[in-house]
Amino acid sequence: MADKKKCTAQVTSQIKLAEDIYSMWIKFPEDADVAGMAVPGQFISMYCHDGSRMLPRPISICEINTPDNMLRVVYRIAGKGTEEFSKLGADSTIDVIAPLGNGFTINAHSFKRTLLIGGGIGIPPMLGLARSLKDNGSTSIEAVLGYRDGTLLLKDEFEAYARVYVSTEDGSAGIKGNVVDVIKEYGIQADIIYACGPLPMLCGIKALARERGIKAQLSLEERMACGIGACLGCVCQSKEKDGHSNVNNKRICKDGPVFDSEEILI
Amino acid sequence: MNLSVNFAGVEMKNPVTTASGTFGSGAEYKDFVDLNKLGAVTTKGVSSVPWEGNQTPRICETYGGMLNAIGLQNPGIDLFIERDIPFLKQYDTKIIVNICGRTPEEYAEVVQKLADEDIDLLEINISCPNLKAGGLAFGQNPEVARQITDKVKRCAKQPVIMKLSPNVTDITEMAKAAEAGGADAISLINTLTGMKIDINKRTFVLANKTGGLSGPAIKPVAVRMVYQAAHAVKIPVLGMGGIRDSEDALEFIMAGATMVAVGTANFNNPSATEDVINGIAAFMEKNRVKDINELIGCL
Repeated sequence: MADKKKCTAQVTSQIKLAEDIYSMWIKFPEDADVAGMAVPGQFISMYCHDGSRMLPRPISICEINTPDNMLRVVYRIAGKGTEEFSKLGADSTIDVIAPLGNGFTINAHSFKRTLLIGGGIGIPPMLGLARSLKDNGSTSIEAVLGYRDGTLLLKDEFEAYARVYVSTEDGSAGIKGNVVDVIKEYGIQADIIYACGPLPMLCGIKALARERGIKAQLSLEERMACGIGACLGCVCQSKEKDGHSNVNNKRICKDGPVFDSEEILI
Repeated sequence: MNLSVNFAGVEMKNPVTTASGTFGSGAEYKDFVDLNKLGAVTTKGVSSVPWEGNQTPRICETYGGMLNAIGLQNPGIDLFIERDIPFLKQYDTKIIVNICGRTPEEYAEVVQKLADEDIDLLEINISCPNLKAGGLAFGQNPEVARQITDKVKRCAKQPVIMKLSPNVTDITEMAKAAEAGGADAISLINTLTGMKIDINKRTFVLANKTGGLSGPAIKPVAVRMVYQAAHAVKIPVLGMGGIRDSEDALEFIMAGATMVAVGTANFNNPSATEDVINGIAAFMEKNRVKDINELIGCL
């Protein structure tokens, strides 16, 4: 039986957070229990109204509002598709498949010293995770947020859930440098790391986690077509032969986007 | 109303299948589509041993379509037989297995391994633009295409469809070569070789530089080639290339396709195949067409 579908959801609000960065809340129809199934780290496939743009845009979930069956996405305009989304006002509709992929895994370590790391447009999914951990009783969440400049996307909101440290490439706020510089500078200790951001940042975090002998869960991104694991467009190399692909490739959309740092080769 | 067609000796409940590579072996789509409703599922290309495929990025969108350079990543025929065929056998749909290879011997090896499997048709991909050896190279030379068809036919127990490339000067020559080699059917079109450049990074978007263009952008080319090929050979044609809805599918059918495949549209709408089937039925109802076969090649 076919029981999943692309559904038409309602945009309930959209605001511009910074140049080219938008925050949108989407409400799903009653027959689609999307928020109830969603976990931080998962993504949604958002479809354009313009028929010349065939492929969905995979956008990470920023926040989950289960009672109202709503999800929040914070995204950057990266092309004409996301530009189209940015023009949708409240009362617009948007076609979505959600939630997709595997999100962050919460385990016993998640409630010890938890370190969340976000870089640039990789910060939004970390906010949802911070909120979820705090709601579930975590008392020691530290967040290191890496920025290009002093725009400091979502930093204020993060402070409700975590002790926040900042790095900027241009030195306009926090420590001049990258997130790993911040962790070393402040001597931040952790029992588990969760991270999302650009690939060089994730590589640095993987090395750091290995050096300290702790687990890191990393969220990857890649250009996708189907978003559901069929087309094999968005693979990453895996350390071991993957059971599904039968080669050393995992599907970011279906097996990820969150991976244990040691199971993937980055 | 009759939607069923006979395709190369196989009875299909309707003329709609999936385009190889866009639907996996169906497992990822089973939650979106009732696979029992499809005439057939055409599976992603499978080779004699597992293939890793190309580097990423493998995918990019273009106006009205997309480029892909997956490089035929696949788990190899042994796991396919063990896992994917039993999965599809749970459903009331026909199975078309797409086969890829770098040498004629590799195609033959896969065909032989499938000889005793309960599948309905073989589709031989001699038209993938994303391989350095094999693939497209076989699909651009009529004599080579004829020889591979002949070699495959000698070891195949199921009817053989040769999948043709549009990247040729004269599609009718290739269609005739497949027929001369003993093919039971042909399918077309595979993707058109394309390229996209990232002007900000001053680089190619795809790691492979070139990729195969698919989607609505290629549909008029595909309809024209299906029309030409269908008139050049006596064997049936499986038409594809940019089919997004039932109107598109009916164009192919009227141009001469006995069956049609939905490909890139699955990425835009995972239920596209079912929607196409329902749309064809609605068209026939509205226009009082009792049998789909009345429409096939009516032009």
